[in-house]
Amino acid sequence: MLTDIAQATRPALVLTGLMFALTGLAYPAAITGIAQIALPYQANGSLVSRDGQVAGSALIGQSFAGDGYFHGRPSAAGKGYDPTQSSGSNLGPTSKALIDRVTGDVKANPGAPVDMLTTSASGLDPHISPEAAEWQAKRVAAARHIAPSKVYALVDNAVEMPLFGFIGEPRVNVLKLNLALDKAVGKGAQSPR
Amino acid sequence: MAAGMTLSGWALIATFVALCVAMAKPIGLWLFALYEGRDTPLSRVLGPVERGFYRLAGVDPSREQNWRQYAVAMLLFQLATALATYALLRLQGVLPLNPRGLPGLSPDLAMNTAISFVTNTNWQAYAGESTLSNLSQMLALVPHNFLSAATGIAVAFALFRGFARRQTQFVGNFWTDMTRITLYLLLPLACVYALVLVAGGVPQTFASSIDATTLEGAHQTLVIGPVASQEAIKMVGTNGGGFFNVNSAHPFENPTALVNFLQMLSIFAIGVGLTWCFGKAVGDTRQGWAVLAAMMILFVAGVSIVYWQEAAGNPLLHHAGLAGANMEGKEVRFGAAASALFATITTAASCGAVNAMHDSFTPLGGLIPMFNIELGEVVVGGVGSGIYGFLLFALLAVFIAGLMVGRTPEYVGKKIEGREVKLAVLAIVVLPLCILGGTALASVLPAGLAGIANKGPHGFSEILYAFTSATGNNGSAFGGISANTPFYNGALAVAMWIGRFFMMVPVLAIAGSLAQKKYTPETTGSFPTTGPLWIGLLVAIILIVGGLTFLPALALGPVAEQMAMLAGTTF
Repeated sequence: MLTDIAQATRPALVLTGLMFALTGLAYPAAITGIAQIALPYQANGSLVSRDGQVAGSALIGQSFAGDGYFHGRPSAAGKGYDPTQSSGSNLGPTSKALIDRVTGDVKANPGAPVDMLTTSASGLDPHISPEAAEWQAKRVAAARHIAPSKVYALVDNAVEMPLFGFIGEPRVNVLKLNLALDKAVGKGAQSPR
Repeated sequence: MAAGMTLSGWALIATFVALCVAMAKPIGLWLFALYEGRDTPLSRVLGPVERGFYRLAGVDPSREQNWRQYAVAMLLFQLATALATYALLRLQGVLPLNPRGLPGLSPDLAMNTAISFVTNTNWQAYAGESTLSNLSQMLALVPHNFLSAATGIAVAFALFRGFARRQTQFVGNFWTDMTRITLYLLLPLACVYALVLVAGGVPQTFASSIDATTLEGAHQTLVIGPVASQEAIKMVGTNGGGFFNVNSAHPFENPTALVNFLQMLSIFAIGVGLTWCFGKAVGDTRQGWAVLAAMMILFVAGVSIVYWQEAAGNPLLHHAGLAGANMEGKEVRFGAAASALFATITTAASCGAVNAMHDSFTPLGGLIPMFNIELGEVVVGGVGSGIYGFLLFALLAVFIAGLMVGRTPEYVGKKIEGREVKLAVLAIVVLPLCILGGTALASVLPAGLAGIANKGPHGFSEILYAFTSATGNNGSAFGGISANTPFYNGALAVAMWIGRFFMMVPVLAIAGSLAQKKYTPETTGSFPTTGPLWIGLLVAIILIVGGLTFLPALALGPVAEQMAMLAGTTF
C-alpha cells in the first residue's frame, strides 16, 4: 500500500497542476477569445442601449413601477430584479407567508393571470405570459392617453411562440415590449405615477 | 388529461426520451474507443499533449494497475485537487481577476465547496455572483467539473473491465483513463457546446459587471463573466454547480427554451452512452439496452408524476383565487412542463442544476426529485456513477434471482459470489445510513433546525433534501435552507465525501474481484439478463430497496405536507 501511495504521489501532483492549467485557464480563455470575436453581442450579455446608454440586458428583467409601462413578475432577487442577488422566494406550497401574499395580491389585482402574482425562480425573469400583457394593456393605454387598440397591437407583435410548437411557452419580453412602446408613442407620453 | 397538462408538454417529454435513446449508441461508440484505449480522430491533434502530460507526471501509459493501485491513484488525485481548490478559494482576496474585490472564503465554506466539487456534487452553499471572483469560478471550480466527471467514468471503465476480462488482476490505469477521458471526450464536447451556448445568449467574458440605467431611470448592476465555459461542462459532466445562485434558472445561464432543451439532453448524454458502452464491453449490446430500458421506465414514471402535480397547481392558491399551474419559483419561458422535466432529469442524473426552485414545488412534485436521488441516482445517473451504481443493483437482482431458483447467480459471464454481493450491499447501505442519519441529527440539533426556512413538514423536507442531495452527490436543494453555516458546511461535506468514495472504492474492489474470475458461459439454466422479465425485476429491486428504506422519512416530509395541503392547512 505504501509503495502504491509513493508511486501515485508525483502523477497526482503534476496532473493536478497541468489539468488545472488546461481546463481552468486555457479552456475558458480560448472560449472567451472565440466568443468575443465571433459572437460579441451574446458574449457580452445581450445588452440593450437607448440614447447611447446601456438600458439593461434583453435577457434580464428589470423593475417597472409606472402605470405607463408593462410590469414584470414579482421578484425575490434583493429588493426586486437585483442581478447581484438572484433568488427565488423558496416559499413552500403550504407556506402561510406565500398564501397570505397571494391572497392579498389577488384582491389588489383582480383577474391577474397566475404568472403575475407568483415570483419567478431567478427573480430576474424577463418574460410574462401573453395573458399577463393583455391584462395590463388597458392600464398602460390609459396612463399614456392612447387608444387601447394601439397597445394591444404592440402586445400581439411582442408575443414569442414555442419553437416547433412544443419547446418553450408563449411569452412576452417585458423590456423589449416597453422599449417598443416608448418608440411607438414616445417616452414623454407616459404619465408619471 | 388532468388539469393543466398539455399536448405540447407531453410532446416535449416524449421527444426528450426518444432523443436520449437515439444518443445512446453514437455516444457509446465514442466512449467505447476510450474504454479500449484506441486512438480517436482527435489523437492526431491532442496526442502530443497527452504524451507530454505523461512524461511530466512520470506515468507509464502501458503499465496497468490492480484495483488497489487504481483506487489509491484515484483517491490521491482527489485529495490533491481538493487542496488546490481550497487554497484558491481561501486566497481569493489576493488573487487577480477580482475587480469587485471579493474577499477569500471562510474556512468552512471553502472546505465545503472544495469537497462539493471534488465529489461531483456541486452543492452551492455559496451564492456565485456575490461570493466568487471570475478567477475562482474558472480556476478553482471548472477543473473539477472535468476531473470529477472523468474520475466517475474511469471508475465505471474499471468495473466494465472487471466484467469483461478473465483471470487477471489488472483493471486499467487510472492516470491514462482520466487523462484520455478529459482530453478526448470532455474537453472537445465542452468547447463545441460552450460556443453553442454563447450563440444562444449565454455570456462569455472576463468582465465581471456592467452598469445599466433602466427605462425608469433606476440603476441596475448586471453580473457577468465566463459563464458559457462553465455552463457547458457543468451539464455534460453532470456537475450542476452554477455560475449564479439560482443556477440554470438564471437567464444568463439558461436564456431560452431551446438552450434549456439542449441542457437537458446534455445532462443525460454521457450517462445513456455508458449503458451502450457497457453492453459492448461485455460483448452483448442487449445487456446495455436492458439497463437503459429499466432506467427509462423509472424516468418516465417519475417525470409523469412531477408534471401532473406541477401542472395541476397548488389548491391553496386556487382557493385564494389564483387559478393555474404552480408557477411560484418557475420561469415563464420554461413553464410547468420544462420545469418538471428538468427537475426529474437533474435528480435522476447526479447533476443538481435546477431551472426552477424545487423548494416551491408541490409536495409530490418535490418528492420525486428527492426519491430519484435516494434510489441512488441510477436512473441514467451521474457520468460513471450512474452506471456503476446501477450495476450494483443488477448484482443484487441476480443474487435474489439466484436465491429464488437455487443456483449460483451469474451476470454477463461472471459468477456472482459472496464477496461481490457483500461489497455491493456495503455500497448500497452507505446511502441510507448517511442520508437518514444526517437528517435525524440535524432534526434534533439546534444548529440544524436553525437553517430551516419553511415551517411544518416542509421544513423537515428541506433538511431531508439537503442530506439526500449531499450524500447522493447531486447538489440541487430545497434552496430556502440556510446551508452556509459551520454545522451544515461540515456535516454536508462529510456526507458528500462518504457518498462518493464509500461507493467508488467498493466498486473498484468488485472490479478487481470480478476480473480474476473465469468466464462462465451462459447455459439454459442461467437466469436471462436481457428481456422483459429481467427489466421488470431490476425496476422492482430498485424501487423496493429505495422505497422500503426511505418511505418512512418521506412520509414525515412531503407526504405529510400533501395531506396538510389537501386539508387546507398552512404553516
